[in-house]
Amino acid sequence: MEELVIDAAGVHYTPLNREIRAAVAAGVKRIRLENVLGQRFIANGVRGDVAIEVHGVPGGDLGMFMSGPRIEVFGNAEHAPGNTMDAGEIVVHGSAGDAVGHSMRGGRIFVEGAIGYRGGIHMKQYEGKRPVLVIGEYARAFLGEYMAGGTVLILARHGGPAVAERGLGSGIHGGEIVLRGGVDPVYLGAGASEVALTDEDWERVLHLVREYARHFGVDPAPFERRDEYIRIVPASARPFASKYAWE
Amino acid sequence: MCGIIGVIDRGRETMDGTAIRRALSMMNERGSGEGAGYVAYGCYPEFKDYFALHVFFDNIHETKPRVDELLHEWGRVVHDEEIPTWDLPRLRKVHTPWRYFFKPDTRLMPRSITPAEEIVTEIVMRINTSVEGALVFSSGRNLGVFKAAGWPEEVADFYRIEDYEGHCWLAHNRYPTNTPGWWGGAHPFNLLDWSVVHNGEITSYGTNRRYIESFGYRCTMFTDTEVVAYLVDLLVRRHALPEELAVTALAPPFWDEIDAMADGRRRLHQALRLTYGSAMMNGPFAIVVANQDSMVAFTDRSKLRPLVGAENGDRLYVSSEEAAIRAMDPGITRVFMPRAGEPIIGRVVA
Repeated sequence: MEELVIDAAGVHYTPLNREIRAAVAAGVKRIRLENVLGQRFIANGVRGDVAIEVHGVPGGDLGMFMSGPRIEVFGNAEHAPGNTMDAGEIVVHGSAGDAVGHSMRGGRIFVEGAIGYRGGIHMKQYEGKRPVLVIGEYARAFLGEYMAGGTVLILARHGGPAVAERGLGSGIHGGEIVLRGGVDPVYLGAGASEVALTDEDWERVLHLVREYARHFGVDPAPFERRDEYIRIVPASARPFASKYAWE
Repeated sequence: MCGIIGVIDRGRETMDGTAIRRALSMMNERGSGEGAGYVAYGCYPEFKDYFALHVFFDNIHETKPRVDELLHEWGRVVHDEEIPTWDLPRLRKVHTPWRYFFKPDTRLMPRSITPAEEIVTEIVMRINTSVEGALVFSSGRNLGVFKAAGWPEEVADFYRIEDYEGHCWLAHNRYPTNTPGWWGGAHPFNLLDWSVVHNGEITSYGTNRRYIESFGYRCTMFTDTEVVAYLVDLLVRRHALPEELAVTALAPPFWDEIDAMADGRRRLHQALRLTYGSAMMNGPFAIVVANQDSMVAFTDRSKLRPLVGAENGDRLYVSSEEAAIRAMDPGITRVFMPRAGEPIIGRVVA
C-alpha cells in the first residue's frame, strides 16, 4: 500500500492522531507527516506495524505508550520522546530535550545528536523486554536517574565527554549506561559504579554502534574500539536499602 | 507546569505582539486558561521618560480617586486613560485596567541615589497593601504588562496585543497550582524596569519573602513569582550586582561544586552563598527576567523545568519549547540548551 501524506500545518494533535490511528486501522503501512510543529503525543499509544516519518519539530511525548511503530523524525524532538513506550523504534535526525526515553519499557530510540537532562530516567526491563537508548553526542546531568533496566549508550561523536555533569546513574538499580571515552568519577551519582565491558557486553554494544551508524549514514569504524568504552551499573541491587527507616 | 517565552532584539528593532501571541498559544497544553500575560519593552516611546503605571481597578468610582490622590502627592501625572480592551465572550472583565504616565517629584526623596525609583516603589507597595480594589501590576518606564485570567490568545486579543511594539517581549501561560488563578496572579510580574515570567514553583518562598520584606518590599499577589521580581530589583538595582552574579546568588552551584573550584572563584561563590543565603531559590523553576537593555533566563540547578534558547541575527529567544520559538521565527539558526543554573543573557548593543 502506498504512503499516506498528512499536512500537519496548524493541525492540533487530537485530530492528527485520530487520522494516524484510522490509517493504521485501515492497514496503511507508511505515513508521512509534513510541516509538523509542536504537536504533542504524536502516535501516542499506536500499535502495529507502521512506519511514520515526521518532518519538522514534534512536541513532547512523541510515541508515548506506542507498541510497534517505527518513527523517524527529520528535525529535533522535544521532551520525553518514547515516554513509557513498549515496542518499536524512534530515530531522531537531530537532538532531543529532557527525559528522553522516560520510563521506557521496550523498543529502541536513536538520537543523532545530543539530549537534555534526565535521559533514560527510570527505564526498566522485564524478561525479553529490554529498551535501548543510543545517543550520538552527549547527555546532560542525571542521565539514567533511577534506572531499573535496559541499555543507554552514548557515543560522544562531538569529541567532548559523553557526560560532564552531575548525577550520572543516580539511584540506578538495574540496567547499564555505556559511555565512549569514559567519565570523570566526580559525575557518578549515588549508587552507580564503573566497570569494564565483558566480551558479551561488547558484542551487544558493537551491534548497537553499527545500528546507529546505519541509521545516520556514518562510518562505524571510529567507534569500534572496545578499550574506549566503560560501563556504569548499579553498585548493588538495592542501593538505597539503608535509607529506609524500617530496615 | 507553565509555558514561558521571551525575545530580545539586540539592535532594538521592534516587533509587534502578533508573533509572540502565536508562539505562546503553541504551549496551551502548559496552561489551564486561568492566566496569561505579556510584557513589551519600548511600547510607550511617546511617554518614554515617564513611569507607566498599569493598575487593575475593581471599581473606578470608589478606588481610583485614592490612587489619583497618592500620585498627585508624589509627582505629576501627564496622561492617564483606561487601557483599551475588546470584549470577548469567554473573558470576563472582572477588573478595569488603567494606565498612568507619571513623573515623581524627586525632591521628595532627597537622600536616595535613585529617588524616582524609590518613590515609585513606595507608591506601588502602598497602593497594593492599603488601597483595596486597586493593584499596580506594571510600573516601569516605556514598558507595559498586559495580563488577565484567560488563555494566551484571549488575553492577547483582549488587549489587542498586536497594536503594541517592543524590542523585547516576555510572555507566559499559567497553570496555577498552589494558589488560585486571578488577574493579579498572572505573569509577567513587574517592578520598575524588571519583569519576570516563571515556570515551576519556588519552595523557598517563605524564606525569600521574609528576606525581601526586610528590605521594605511587600508581597501582595499570593504567588511565589512576585518575590523573584523584588529579589532581582534588590540585587541588581539596589546592590548593583552584575546580572551573572545575581543569577548565581539566586541559583548557586551545589557546595560540592563550589569546593572543587579554584581558589578565587571558590571564595567568590562562598561569599555569595553566605551573603545571599536567604535569597537563594529552591524548587523546580525556569525563569526569564528582562529590563530595557537585557534579558536573562535560567533554571534551577537541578534542571527540573525545561528551557531552550535560539538565535537569529540580533534576535535571541528563550522558551520552554523549541517549537514555540520556531512558531515565532522559522528562520532561527542556532538552538541550544543552557546548563542548569547557568544564565542565557541577551543585551542590547544599540
